[in-house]
Amino acid sequence: MELSSAQVIGAGVAAIGVGAAAAGVGNVFGSFLQGALRNPGAAGGQTGTLYIGFAAAELLGLMAFAVAMIILYAPPA
Amino acid sequence: MAEATIDPMHQFQIAPIGSEELAVSPFQFTNSALWMLIVLVVIVAFMWGGTKRELVPGRWQAAVEMLTGFVDNITRESIGKEGRKYLPWVFTAFIFILTANWLGAVPLAILGPHPFTVTSHFTVTGMLSVISFLIVLGVGFWTHGLKFFSLFVPHGTPLVMKFFIAPVEFISFLVRPFSLGLRPFIAMFAGHVLLDVFGNFVVQGLSAGGAAGYGIGLLAFVFLIFVNALELLVGAIQAFVFALLTALYINDAVNLH
Repeated sequence: MELSSAQVIGAGVAAIGVGAAAAGVGNVFGSFLQGALRNPGAAGGQTGTLYIGFAAAELLGLMAFAVAMIILYAPPA
Repeated sequence: MAEATIDPMHQFQIAPIGSEELAVSPFQFTNSALWMLIVLVVIVAFMWGGTKRELVPGRWQAAVEMLTGFVDNITRESIGKEGRKYLPWVFTAFIFILTANWLGAVPLAILGPHPFTVTSHFTVTGMLSVISFLIVLGVGFWTHGLKFFSLFVPHGTPLVMKFFIAPVEFISFLVRPFSLGLRPFIAMFAGHVLLDVFGNFVVQGLSAGGAAGYGIGLLAFVFLIFVNALELLVGAIQAFVFALLTALYINDAVNLH
C-alpha cells in the first residue's frame, strides 16, 4: 500500500475518535442540565465547572483530530 | 474543472511579511508577530478607553469593568484573599487568548487581508502555559519549600495507598502544563481547519456553477456563518478555561489543598 493511501485511511480511522468527543461533551452538558432542572438554585454556581468539564472532554476529542491531521500532513515516515 | 484538493494547512504557515519561506535568520518579522502586535494594540485601545475613571461609568468603562471584575472573580473564588497578587498574570493570559482567538475569527478576508490566529500555534499557547506552570512551581516552592511535595499525597490516605497514589498524582501534575497549553491551541486549530474546509466548499460550489453548485455554495455559506459563531464561542470558552485552570493550579500551590 502506498503511503498516501495509508495516510488517508489512517486519518479517517483517527477521526472516529472525534465522534467519541461528541458523546463525551453531550454527556457533560446533559448531566448538567439534568441536575440544573432538578435544583435550579444550585445551577448558577456550577456553570464554571460546567465549562471546565466541556473543555476537558473537548480537548481529548480534538487530540484525536490532531492525530488525524498529523497522519495526513506530517506522517512520521 | 478546478483542482479538487483542499489544503487547510496553508492558513497556519508562519512566514515573514512579504515572502513565503522562513529564512535562516532568527529575527524576522513574521505574520504571527504582526498579528501579536495587532492583538496588543486592540487590548491597549480597549483598556485605555475604559479606564478613564469616570464616576458614573459609560458603556465602554462598564464593559472593561465587567471583564476585569469577571477575571477578578475567578481569582478570588479559586485562590481566596491572596488571589489578587496573581490577577495581573491571569488577566493577561485571559485577555491575550481571548483577543487573539477573536481577531482570528473576524471575517476580514472578504475585504482582502486574511486574519492570522496567533493562538493557533502550540508555541504561543505552550509558552503561556509554561509561564503559568513556572508561577505555580515558583509560588509553591517559595511558600512551602520542600513541603510542596505533600501536594501529591491527599489527606487521610492510608499508608499503603500513598505508595500507589503519589506517583499517579505526580504524573498527573506533570501533564498539567502540557494539557493547559494544548487545549486552546487544539481548539483554535480544529476550528480554523473547519472554517477553511467550509470556505473551500463555498468556493468550489460557486465555481462549479449550475443550480447544484450554487445550492451547495449557499448551504456551505450558511454553515460557515454558524461555524464562525461557534468559533467565537469556543474562543471565549478556551480563554475562560485557561484563566480558571491557571487560578486553580495556583490555588493548589498556595493552599496545598
